[in-house]
Amino acid sequence: MSNLKQELKENIIELLNLEEFSVEDINDNDALFGEGLGLDSIDALELMVMLDKDYGIKLTDPNEGREIFQSIAVLADYIEKNRSK
Amino acid sequence: MNKINYIESYCSIKNNVVSLNGEPVFSEESPEFSEFIKQASKQLNTNYPKFFKMDNLSKLAFLAADILLKNADLPPTKEHNIALIFSNRASSLETDRKHQNTISDPDNYYPSPSLFVYTLPNICLGEISIKHKLLSENSFFIFDRFNADHLLLNSSYLLNNNKAEKALCGWVDLDGNDYNAFLYLVGENGAINHNTEEITRLYNSL
Repeated sequence: MSNLKQELKENIIELLNLEEFSVEDINDNDALFGEGLGLDSIDALELMVMLDKDYGIKLTDPNEGREIFQSIAVLADYIEKNRSK
Repeated sequence: MNKINYIESYCSIKNNVVSLNGEPVFSEESPEFSEFIKQASKQLNTNYPKFFKMDNLSKLAFLAADILLKNADLPPTKEHNIALIFSNRASSLETDRKHQNTISDPDNYYPSPSLFVYTLPNICLGEISIKHKLLSENSFFIFDRFNADHLLLNSSYLLNNNKAEKALCGWVDLDGNDYNAFLYLVGENGAINHNTEEITRLYNSL
């Protein structure tokens, strides 16, 4: 699980061009949206594509995304339980 | 009655140099545009995290506009009626190609939302407007080459009919590592006459 969290942090920084962040800056329970990393709606769509492409998880309900993208810890837990890749 | 308008300031970004009013303010020998613009934005204190999320055309346009608008010393809390009239040759071709690459393989079909939103050249106008609180007229034209007549005609119409207080005009063209930005701010205070000859002279001098 900790490897997955590390992988997610690295991928999110690169994928979303978070130039001002390093892996060490992101705590497992930090909010990804709003006051945390400050992600926006386009970032949310990009994360949905990442789930599909890298882990074989297709999200169809936007409300589901809101729950899953709370933090790295929540996201990693969801991926562990639902991944097909 | 037509107002007398002047070119108040101008900025260029090309050949690894950023210039303001003809004076270099940043230079770095970098073969890659992405590295050059990243270093320029840091040294010139862009201080805008969303800058790094933009496509290259928007970064080019945003940095040139940011330098000019910060230099104009506008009150930060007020909305500004500054029209944006931009042009180029390559439209958003570089980002269009990147987007095409994400959808060309049916077995690996993952279009990127953050790429797709930049597949229009006028998106850069929105980025500039958000940062500088501009709720004003804006347009983006595609030409084979720099067209001073067209920029003059559009900006003069807006200024003379009180549709804008100032106009930020110019050329922002990018395709791969070939890039060229020339923007100028037109208003009632300045030393350079606002006419085709002067616009063309400044464009060619940089």
